[in-house]
Amino acid sequence: MDLSDTTEVEVARRAARRRRTGARVALYGLVLAFTGMAAFPFVWATITAFKRNQDLYNRANNPFVFNLDPTLEHVDLLLSGTAFPTFARNTLLVGVLVVAITLALSLPAAYSLARLDMPWGGAMGIAIFFVYLIPPSLLFISLSRVVATLRLQDSVWALVVLYPTITVPVSVWLLMGFFKTIPREIEEQATIDGYSRFGAFARILVPLAFPGIVAVVVFAFTLSASEFIYALAFVARTSEKTISIGVPTELVRGDVFFWQSLQAATVMVAVPIALVFNLFLERFITGFTMGAVKG
Amino acid sequence: MSTPPATAAGTAGTAEPGGRYLLDRKGFLARVMLLPAVVYIVALVAVPFFLAIAYSLSDVTVGDPSFDFVGLRNFATVVGDPTFRRALLNTVLITVVAMALVVVLAKVLALVLVQDFRGKWVVRLLVLLPWTTPTSLATIAWVWLLDSLFSPIDWVLRQLGLLEGNLYWLGNEGLAMTSVIAVQTWRIVPLAAVIIMAGLSAIPSDINDAAKVDGAGFWRTLFEITIPMTLPVIAVATLFGAIVVFTDMAVVFVLTRGGPVDATQVLSSWAFFRGIQGGDLAQGAAIALFLFPVLLVFAVLILRSAKRMEVM
Amino acid sequence: MAIVEVRALTKHFDGDVHAVEAVDLATTDGEFLVLLGPSGCGKTTLLRMIAGLEEPTAGDVLIGGNSMAGLPPRARRIAMVFQSYALYPHKTVLQNIVFPLKAAGMAPDERRRQAQWAADLLGIGHLLDRKPRHLSGGERQRAALARALVREPSVFLLDEPLSNLDAKLRATARDDLKLFQRRVGTTTVYVTHDQVEAMGMGDRIVVMDKGRVRQVGTPGDVYRHPADTFVATFLGSPPMNLVRRDDVVVGFRPESFLPKGVADAGAEALTVSFHVHRVEYLGSERHVIGTVEGLGEETRVIAMLPATVSVDVPVERSHEFVVAAGDLRFFDVGSGLRTERQRL
Repeated sequence: MDLSDTTEVEVARRAARRRRTGARVALYGLVLAFTGMAAFPFVWATITAFKRNQDLYNRANNPFVFNLDPTLEHVDLLLSGTAFPTFARNTLLVGVLVVAITLALSLPAAYSLARLDMPWGGAMGIAIFFVYLIPPSLLFISLSRVVATLRLQDSVWALVVLYPTITVPVSVWLLMGFFKTIPREIEEQATIDGYSRFGAFARILVPLAFPGIVAVVVFAFTLSASEFIYALAFVARTSEKTISIGVPTELVRGDVFFWQSLQAATVMVAVPIALVFNLFLERFITGFTMGAVKG
Repeated sequence: MSTPPATAAGTAGTAEPGGRYLLDRKGFLARVMLLPAVVYIVALVAVPFFLAIAYSLSDVTVGDPSFDFVGLRNFATVVGDPTFRRALLNTVLITVVAMALVVVLAKVLALVLVQDFRGKWVVRLLVLLPWTTPTSLATIAWVWLLDSLFSPIDWVLRQLGLLEGNLYWLGNEGLAMTSVIAVQTWRIVPLAAVIIMAGLSAIPSDINDAAKVDGAGFWRTLFEITIPMTLPVIAVATLFGAIVVFTDMAVVFVLTRGGPVDATQVLSSWAFFRGIQGGDLAQGAAIALFLFPVLLVFAVLILRSAKRMEVM
Repeated sequence: MAIVEVRALTKHFDGDVHAVEAVDLATTDGEFLVLLGPSGCGKTTLLRMIAGLEEPTAGDVLIGGNSMAGLPPRARRIAMVFQSYALYPHKTVLQNIVFPLKAAGMAPDERRRQAQWAADLLGIGHLLDRKPRHLSGGERQRAALARALVREPSVFLLDEPLSNLDAKLRATARDDLKLFQRRVGTTTVYVTHDQVEAMGMGDRIVVMDKGRVRQVGTPGDVYRHPADTFVATFLGSPPMNLVRRDDVVVGFRPESFLPKGVADAGAEALTVSFHVHRVEYLGSERHVIGTVEGLGEETRVIAMLPATVSVDVPVERSHEFVVAAGDLRFFDVGSGLRTERQRL
């Protein structure tokens, strides 16, 4: 193109404008498509949660609108007529304890592997990574014996004990990445200022790894809330179930699903978790990549 | 994976009279700080893992927990069972098809999410929902979406005149498999997209600017710059996703219970039905162990890709 | 070849950050124009707007006399070298250099020939098969230049291309770059914060501060006749001495401030009493640091004596120093702008 030719420049400018508009349209089209695909089941769930039975169970009705007035009776039923509050309590209990155990085990282990330069550190790091790849579906059968031996069957405590086996390897990996980004000089300064190496770890490094700790907390908590296989295999008593297993197995009477209450439960659990994740997404991404790249 | 010998820690401690500076000794601290995590994992991962191998070579059942060595008999029985072969095939099919879809969709979604547009926060929230929602609950939403009578998808098809009556999504073999693959793809795409986004944002902005100045348009930049530079991350995202899909049982269990008539059974769910519900722990363990060699390959591939990420 | 012109060019980033404020500039054909200023003065933003990488908030960029508004970088026939060089890490040097040619749709063997020509011109013809991570800093810089040069653009835009080189390499790279630009004769806009680079390479220098142009002129112009106190103190090392006297600021360069009798300062020379605190001996020159008395407010100033001046200057004593009348500059106290010559 000759830049001193005014008409040629004008033609190029028009082409560029067309392309820009096209790109914008394509972008918003894709945004809408992806959002629609991702959210459609939840939109449907939300509409369902407020529908009356006569409205919902009529094949002739348009399912996407309220043909009869919306109602809160099914949400009410979920909160006061089912074991859902118990499931929620159990989930919170398991989540909090699993987060605590995960941090207590993985913070020191990550520090040891990232900073104490033992000759076996690298191999150990890889070994821990491989542990992550031995999934619950491979272990739950033999674990049923271990759980029975520990007299934890049919108890929420079985989950408290077992979930850290999934969260600890990932968290160690993740925290190692964070520890490696903290300059060694800071730690050395603390030892010169009169702290032991362990003191430097506890007072300086742990606070500095805070973003990594946040990532671990979010990860460990959501994992405890979502895990399915162990919960299904080891907990059968209603009063001990978590949301992940209680909702799909208990909100049925005989062969009849409480569809509206089920969908209400799904949305009530899904939205808060997604909000928390969205809030910490950047941190999570950096945590993940640092662990992966620097591990 | 081995626990450090206790004697080594002991001598390290006594070398310093009174052990006053114990908390300054690297060797001592390294072992003591790592030990709890290692003990925990050995007790609850390594032990059950070897126990699973032992089970698979025995005749242990829930009713008769006594351990008799039977060699490879369980594996022979399991492999001879058509349902197992179906489950193995399904597991591979679901993983391969879902991941092929995930690579393309996640790459596109990641490219979309790094752009600037209005309402990005809400869009990100909604797009993440399938991944952040506990799998069993997300699948419940799908069970209702694919209901045999009240599926809104069927209703739309009926309104468009494309369908009379119902499709019975989860009652028909082909449609049930399609549904399982769709749900797996749907929930893994956000995870993979988030990982790929991390790779995209790690490309220095100068590189993208240089490509613009060098005259590259969108497609050339995509195929010659963006994709080659994020290839290791895409590989990692795909492999992580593949592991999740490959070992998952929640989707199948909630969506179809393996049905209709075991048509959507996968290794994990079949191991559960056989080992826990059927009480045949030995066979269940043997079925689950078929996951292991594939996982090992995934793990090695992930580590390789991670190495390449470091080099770039 | 082309002339680059910007008119009332303005860039505000979200909120209140005024990166570039109503800048008017024009190069001549084949000129080497340097944008000089401290970091954050808006010079890189200005360059990126010329490239089309940044959309102006207001104003216009013209290349070859036509407005570039709405045109993407690739339609502007520009080439740019980034501070980081921005070489594509997964491509070899050859693949990097041919990338712009490929985008322009050139035939493969023609591409190859052109790339070889550019690489040989910059002395990296033997490195074509290497990946960027196996190159030294200097070689990377050359590879980036080759990539910029290869499609014979009408304008070169260079963003601190030497700042990642070590000091020794930088001096030779400066020579090479200037010689190279003179040979190809392409209009070049060069951004730097290093006044030595600016003075040494620029046909003209644009001094910028806080998003505005403070002065445009040849290196001699901006050094000898600074338009305001910012330019006076930004250029020169050590910078111009400024002494406030009532409502004017009197300025003089350290090298013009000499002990009385060392040089013939002419009849109208200004003689002041200089109380010396400290002398720094730097080999080729001496810096004499002290306070001027009786000129205006007592101010710390520096005199720079070349090694050829061997007069002894004892510390903690006052000496008579002179400045030739022609070397005095005057600035307004309020605005900092240069004002009429005054009698002292």
